Amino acid sequence: MDINAYIESGILELYVAGTLSEKENKEVYELMQQHPEILQEVLEIESALVKLTASASQKDNSHVLQNIKQSLGFNTNIVSIVKPKYNWLTYTGWAASIVLAAGLLWTVNQNSQLKSDIQISEIKQSLLETQIVNSKNSLEEANTLMSVLRDNNIAQIPLAGQGDFANTYAKVYWDKNSKRIFLDALGLPEPPEGKVYQVWSLKLSPLTPTSLGTIDTFIADENKIFEIENANESEAFGITLEPAGGSESPTMEQLYTLGAVASS
Amino acid sequence: MTLEELISKFQQKDEKAFESLYNMYSDSMQGVIYNIVRDHNVAEEVMQDVFIKAWHKAETYSSEKGRFFTWILNIARNAAIDKTRSKNFKKSKQNLYTDFFVDILETSDSLDNKTDAIGISKFVSKLAKKCIEVIELLYFKGYTQKEASEVLDMPIGTIKTRNRNCIKELRSMVLS
Repeated sequence: MDINAYIESGILELYVAGTLSEKENKEVYELMQQHPEILQEVLEIESALVKLTASASQKDNSHVLQNIKQSLGFNTNIVSIVKPKYNWLTYTGWAASIVLAAGLLWTVNQNSQLKSDIQISEIKQSLLETQIVNSKNSLEEANTLMSVLRDNNIAQIPLAGQGDFANTYAKVYWDKNSKRIFLDALGLPEPPEGKVYQVWSLKLSPLTPTSLGTIDTFIADENKIFEIENANESEAFGITLEPAGGSESPTMEQLYTLGAVASS
Repeated sequence: MTLEELISKFQQKDEKAFESLYNMYSDSMQGVIYNIVRDHNVAEEVMQDVFIKAWHKAETYSSEKGRFFTWILNIARNAAIDKTRSKNFKKSKQNLYTDFFVDILETSDSLDNKTDAIGISKFVSKLAKKCIEVIELLYFKGYTQKEASEVLDMPIGTIKTRNRNCIKELRSMVLS
């Protein structure tokens, strides 16, 4: 194909004018792809005509563009001012929700912390209540002991250490009206395992021992003062070490302390 | 960005591409439209319609069918001619201009005195009358080769070669 003759025929000028048939248009288009000189020719024709037609406008038309953009709903300046504001809002919104979420987590955490604090406090409170009750009981015991010690009607009977147990001692406070004794056994050693102290009321002539019972809580008791019922007309009190459960009659070899009631 | 890429973006409804194409071709379209309607307000109105139409039917353009300039030139010419045929327009413009585009270039009351246009018009006014006629019909009015040959009373082949020579002359004037 003679490219020059094709160009010189004037078909490219008509192509730009838009007067060719659809078939001819496609033909020119394909030749433009294959021959750069044809494309170049078309570009120059077009460029000259753009300038020529523009020279007939003679009026600024930038305001027309604004109208067109508006009626097409393009992003105008107003929107571009709003845009950063939108971004600012978005970021602030995200930041706020993160802060809020963190705050919620913190609150939930605080809540469970407080709940466990309350539990601890409740436990402490009940412990304190127990201690108060215990103290009250101790106070009552102490008051009772005080009243016993000050009561003139109460007989005091020291029990002295016997034989191998001479370094031991005990004391009995006998409230005859109430038919009870208070045994202060602080001077006795802890009984060995499997053994208990047994308290005896004694008649002296003839020698008749009556068991007042065993002291099963000796080790656990703090002040070693034991309240024991005694309805006997006792003339003496003794303490022996017996096998657990106590014995029918005192084992004299294991007599720790003994004391006679002063005759009134 | 090449013109092809720009047009492709425009067809994907890219607003910036549309604005670029507007800046490239709006003066030309305004010239063509004004040459037909000969009223600045009407010309602006028509041009607005032309570019809005181009935006909405952007996907109908195909480079295989012709140049983008030719495509929008067609829309502009048809819109302007439609306008001159409307009832209102006929009333106000009883006496339709038969003048050529060169008259616009020669009138001294040009409104915004575009320096570029003034520079070109100096040369274009010097085009031979036979060139002005054929360029007017083929490019400004959208006549076919056959229609032009009838109006100018010359063979179709002559229109083609004369147009070729006239555009050659124009190119030597406006393209440095």
